[in-house]
Amino acid sequence: MESMLHISTLHYLVLGAALFLLGVIGVLTRRNVVIVLMSIELILNAVNLNLVALSRYWQGMPAYLGGGPGALHGQVFAIFVITDAAAEAAVGLGILIAFFRNKETVNIDEVNLLKW
Amino acid sequence: MRWLIDYIQGYLSSNQTPGAAGNWFWATVYVLLVFVGLSIAVIAMNWLERKILAHMQVRLGPMRVGPHGLLQPIADALKLLLKEDIMPAEADAVVFWIAPFIVVLAAFTVFVVVPFGPTHAITDMNIGILFMLGVSSLSVLGIVTAGWASNSHYPLIGALRSSAQMVSYEVAMGLAVVSVIVMTSLNAEGTGTLSMIGIVQAQQAQHTWFVFKFFPLGLVGFFIFAVAMVAETNRAPFDLPEAESELTAGFHTEYSGFRWSLFFLAEYSAMIAVSSIAVTLWLGGWLRPFPNALNGPTWDLVFSLFPGITFLFLGAMCFYNAARMPKHPLFKIQTIGLAGFGAVLALIGLVLFVPAARDRVGDIFWFAAKVAAFMYLYIWYRGTFPRYRFDQLMKVGWKILLPTGLVLLILTAGAGFLEDPVKEWLKHVL
Amino acid sequence: MNPVATPFFFYLLSATMIIGGILVITRKNAVHSAMALITALLAQAGIYLMLYAPFVAGVQIILYAGGIMVLFLFVIMLISIERTVKERQFNKQWLVGIAAAAALGGLFIAVYTKGKSLFPEGRVTYGEGQNVQDVAALLYDQHQGTYMFSFEIASLLLLVAIIGAVVMAKKRI
Repeated sequence: MESMLHISTLHYLVLGAALFLLGVIGVLTRRNVVIVLMSIELILNAVNLNLVALSRYWQGMPAYLGGGPGALHGQVFAIFVITDAAAEAAVGLGILIAFFRNKETVNIDEVNLLKW
Repeated sequence: MRWLIDYIQGYLSSNQTPGAAGNWFWATVYVLLVFVGLSIAVIAMNWLERKILAHMQVRLGPMRVGPHGLLQPIADALKLLLKEDIMPAEADAVVFWIAPFIVVLAAFTVFVVVPFGPTHAITDMNIGILFMLGVSSLSVLGIVTAGWASNSHYPLIGALRSSAQMVSYEVAMGLAVVSVIVMTSLNAEGTGTLSMIGIVQAQQAQHTWFVFKFFPLGLVGFFIFAVAMVAETNRAPFDLPEAESELTAGFHTEYSGFRWSLFFLAEYSAMIAVSSIAVTLWLGGWLRPFPNALNGPTWDLVFSLFPGITFLFLGAMCFYNAARMPKHPLFKIQTIGLAGFGAVLALIGLVLFVPAARDRVGDIFWFAAKVAAFMYLYIWYRGTFPRYRFDQLMKVGWKILLPTGLVLLILTAGAGFLEDPVKEWLKHVL
Repeated sequence: MNPVATPFFFYLLSATMIIGGILVITRKNAVHSAMALITALLAQAGIYLMLYAPFVAGVQIILYAGGIMVLFLFVIMLISIERTVKERQFNKQWLVGIAAAAALGGLFIAVYTKGKSLFPEGRVTYGEGQNVQDVAALLYDQHQGTYMFSFEIASLLLLVAIIGAVVMAKKRI
C-alpha cells in the first residue's frame, strides 16, 4: 500500500505498457480501418509516455552520467514522435480515402484483391 | 476572526500566483471569481451588443424590459432556460449531449492562465500562451461533433465549414504569436518566455507595448491577430457558418434552450479569451498607459483615479437618462430603477477613490478596459462589414494572412537580431 | 513549487486513460471511439504535466487532441456509412490477436517484475520553470543543441507528408 501511494517511475512505465497492450489488441482485432489507425495512435502515445517518464528519471541522475536539470532528451524525442504521428495519420487517412473511393468499404479484411 | 484577516492579508502581500504557490484555497477563490466575472461579462456583452448594434443602425434596441433594456439579458436567460429541449429523432444522443460541454470546457479552461495583474492569475504556466492556443483549438472538436450529431444537412455543412475556418485561422494566429515571442527575447537576459505574465513583464522591461515595437512590425502582427481572432470565434464578418440567412444557424440549428445557451456562452467567453490574448501580447496587459515614461507619485495618482472616474461617469450617464425619461406614471418604476442603478455605479466609483482600493484595482481595471475596447471592436465589425463568402474567407486565411505572418516572423527576427548593432552604428554616426 | 495530491491525480488520470483506451477498441461507432481517444489524449497531457514536462503537454494538446483528432473526425464524417455500425466489429482472427497480446502482456509482466529494482527512489525533483527554455536549448542552441539536424529532417518529413496526403486524396492527379 505504501508503494502504491508514492508514484515512482515504475508506475508510469506500467501505465505505458497497459496502453501499449490496449493499442495492440485494437490493431489486431478490429475490422474498421479508422479504429485501427486510432489504436496505432494509442501505441504511439504509450511510447511517448515511457519516453517522458524516463526523461524525468534521467533528470535526477548525476551530471557526470548525463543527467541533470537540462537532460530533456526524452522530451525532445517525444516531440518528434508526436510530429511523426501527425504526418503518419495524415498520409494514412489519405490512403484510406483513396481506397474508400474505389471500394466503398472501411473493413480491412475486405482488402483482399491480391489474395490468391 | 483575527486569524481570518491575517490569513487574507498574508496572502494579498505575496508575490506569486496561487498556482505557483501551490495554494489550493486561493486558487479555488480565484477560479470562482473568474467564473463570476465571466458570467457578468457575458450578460453585459449580450445587452451591449444589442444596444450598440441598434444605435449603429439608427434605432433604439431593447427599451422595454428594464430601463433602456437593462433587464433584457435576464429575460433572455429565463426564456432559454424554460424552452423545450428537443433532440432530433435519429441524432446520436450521447454525442449530441456532450458536444456543447466540450465547447464550453474549451472556452472556460483558457482563463486559467489569463493574467489580470502581476500576481492576479490563477496560475502562471511556463507555457502560458501555448496552453491558451491549444485549449482554444479544442473548441473545433465540439463544433464538429455538434454538427455531426444533429444528423441533418445544414448543421453538418455548417460544422465542417466552421471547423475548416477555425483551423485555417489558427495557423495565422500562431505565426503572429510567435513573432511576439521573438520580441520577448530581446530583453537583457536574452531568453524569451512563453508565460503570459512574463510577456507583459518583458513589455514593461523594454519600455514599449509590443504593438509599437519595430514599427510597423508590431502593428502588422497585431493586425493579423485581430483579423484571425475574429475568424477564430466565428464572428462577423466571418460568421458564414452560423449566419441565419445562409445556413439557418449552422451547427447549432438543432440545439434549443439550455444547450443553445451553452454555445452562446462559449462563443462570448472565447471572444473574451482571444481578446485577452491580444491585450496581453500586444497592448501591454495590465500596464497603465506610459508606465515608464510618466512615472512618479503624481502621475501614479492621476492614473489611479481613472477607475473611480469611469464608474462615476457611468453613474452620471444613468442619472442623465433617468432625468430624460418620459414624465408619465407608467414610467415611474423604470425611472426609479435606472436612478438606483446609477446610484450603485456612483457608489462603486466613490469606493474606488479610497486609497486602499485605488492601489489594488489599477491592474485589473486597465486590463478590463482594454478587453472592453476589443469587445466594442467586435460589435463594431458586426455592424459595419458585410459577410465574407466561404471561399473568400479561406483565401484570406491561407493566401493573405499566412504569407504575411511568415514574412512578419522573418522580419521581426531580423530586426531583433540587428537591433543592437544598428543602435551601436547610430551612436557612432550621430 | 510543491506538488499536491500526486497519487490521487495519477490514479485519476491513468484510470481515465485506460478506460478511454478500452472504449476506443470496443465501440461500434467510430465517432464514439474518436471521442474516447480525445479523452485519453487529454488525460495523457495531464500526466505529462505531472511529469514536469509542460511543453510536451502543450504540444500534445495542440497537435494530437486539436489537430490529429480533428483530422480523424473529418475523415470519419466523410466516409461514414450507416451500415458499418451494424456489421461485425471484430476480425475473424480475433482469438489469435488476443493470444498474441496476452503473450506480450506476459512478457511485460515478466520484465517489469524482474526489473523492479532498476529504478531506485530518492530522485531530486527539479521544477518546470525553465522547461521550454531547456527544450529549446537542446534543439537550437549553438553549443548544447544536439537535435538540430533531426529538427530539420522532421520539417522535411512534414512537407513530404503534406504533399503525399494531398496527392493520395485527390480525385485526379
